[in-house]
Amino acid sequence: MNIREFLSNAKKGSIDVKEHSAKVLQELKKINKEYFYLNAMAESPGFGRGKISGLPISVKDCLCVKGMESTAGSAILKGYVPLFDATAVERCRKDGAFILGKTAQDEFGFGSFNANVGNGFKIPLNPIDKNRVCGGSSGGAAGLAKKASFPHVALAESTGGSIVAPAAFCGVVGMCPTYGRVSRYGLIDYANSLDKIGPIAQSVEDTAFILELIAGHDIKDSTSSTEKVDSYISALSKGIKGKTIGILEEGFGEGVDPALAKRVKDAISKLESLGAKTARISLPLNSKYSLESYYVLATAEASTNLAKYCGMRYGAHENLHGSFNEYFTEVRSKNLGPEAKRRILLGTFARMAGYSAKFYSKAGKVRTLIIDEYKKAFKKVDLIASPTMPIIAPTFDEVKKLTPLQQYKMDLLTVGPNLAGLPHISVPCGDVKGMPVGLQLIADHFNESLLFSAGGSYENS
Amino acid sequence: MKIDQETIERVAANARLQLTPLEKKQYLKDLQDILSAFEKLAECNTDKVQTSIQPIPLSDVFRDDIEKECLSQDDALSLTKHSKNGYFKGPKAL
Repeated sequence: MNIREFLSNAKKGSIDVKEHSAKVLQELKKINKEYFYLNAMAESPGFGRGKISGLPISVKDCLCVKGMESTAGSAILKGYVPLFDATAVERCRKDGAFILGKTAQDEFGFGSFNANVGNGFKIPLNPIDKNRVCGGSSGGAAGLAKKASFPHVALAESTGGSIVAPAAFCGVVGMCPTYGRVSRYGLIDYANSLDKIGPIAQSVEDTAFILELIAGHDIKDSTSSTEKVDSYISALSKGIKGKTIGILEEGFGEGVDPALAKRVKDAISKLESLGAKTARISLPLNSKYSLESYYVLATAEASTNLAKYCGMRYGAHENLHGSFNEYFTEVRSKNLGPEAKRRILLGTFARMAGYSAKFYSKAGKVRTLIIDEYKKAFKKVDLIASPTMPIIAPTFDEVKKLTPLQQYKMDLLTVGPNLAGLPHISVPCGDVKGMPVGLQLIADHFNESLLFSAGGSYENS
Repeated sequence: MKIDQETIERVAANARLQLTPLEKKQYLKDLQDILSAFEKLAECNTDKVQTSIQPIPLSDVFRDDIEKECLSQDDALSLTKHSKNGYFKGPKAL
């Protein structure tokens, strides 16, 4: 049952929403015991009146939910219970959503597999094969979207691929909108110039429905866009006829599983049969430098964002002793996990006198060139297609064998659109060895509608 | 890229992190690997290119300066374990 059907049945009275919510909580407890998708859960069913009254919505742990512990998956924020809702949450709640709980993630979003959880947190397991990862960093969101038998949308967040990567690994739809399309107010930041909030769900239609609800300007976030929000629901049935899909050459080359690449090519052929045209394209600057540019900017911004966690006003506290620096150092060293420390060190280094011109400033300039390269490409094609991830969800043992640099390289196909703030969607398109494969489509800024038209056409074909 | 023990200690101190000897050894290796890979950025010609602070250019974003009710003192202090006489209590400054 999708959202539209749920709401229609609830309106007709064929679903008792209160009863349904109680059942949802029961199922959620059962799923969580086995798969660890939630860091915090609603204690009882609670929802208001409105156009999505009683619709179950989960929220990634890095988004503030009033009255519900929100830690961004980090021990340093243990005990932090926000006094306000993030704007995206507020918009869902205002229309009557049932906020289920806070979904598991890599600590502060620092990971591609959701295996870098904070100290004391459990790693979510892939809904199809428990020996494999969910993908990161919104692993709990994607896992729950797949596993839940009830209609549900997960509010997730992406900095370098954290919406589409887990969606691809878990076999669900992930929609990452244009930078600024959804207000970041109330988001526990990873990197301010890269963070985007978007939905993960079982269908393209469900993601369209919720994005339409949460998108739009917010005075509380000066980087949120005043650009008009299209009707994404209407876009679903517009079709793809006459649109040109650019097949990204680098998306099918070295490092990409050939069997997975074949599934994605088949999906593109399917879109062709629905009336789309195709062209081969190459983005050489993007493929050469996006990963480096992304990681320098992301870690530099993260290292400043995380400077505020010092055990004084909220979150983890220690007994007060020593000087300011000694106390802050103790709280941070004890409560931040290994990958958080690694990224803070990297980012601090990249901004330090003597190194910032070589790394931080340079990465910002390279980003300008990468954005220009995409803009030129969108003069020739309407969409860019590639696999979402180069491999199927790896096993936990496989992940353990990767060095941090090898792990960062897994983001090769997702960092480009994230760096350029471009909207992108991952749609399931078959499987390899029983594990799902994702087709990634990228559109120009604020052209989410075209992604919904393409995704909707594919899904309904 | 060569990073020495002293540099990693300086970076950690700037980031207010105390590293164990094992962490120092591990992060030294990791940072060397990662930053060596990032040095590739130097190959990219960025002469006369402006930096992108954000992916979507923004300028002059203002809002009206309207007085609004803010968080109460009690609420602001409700999440800390360290408060005294209505203030946050911190470690010694001197």
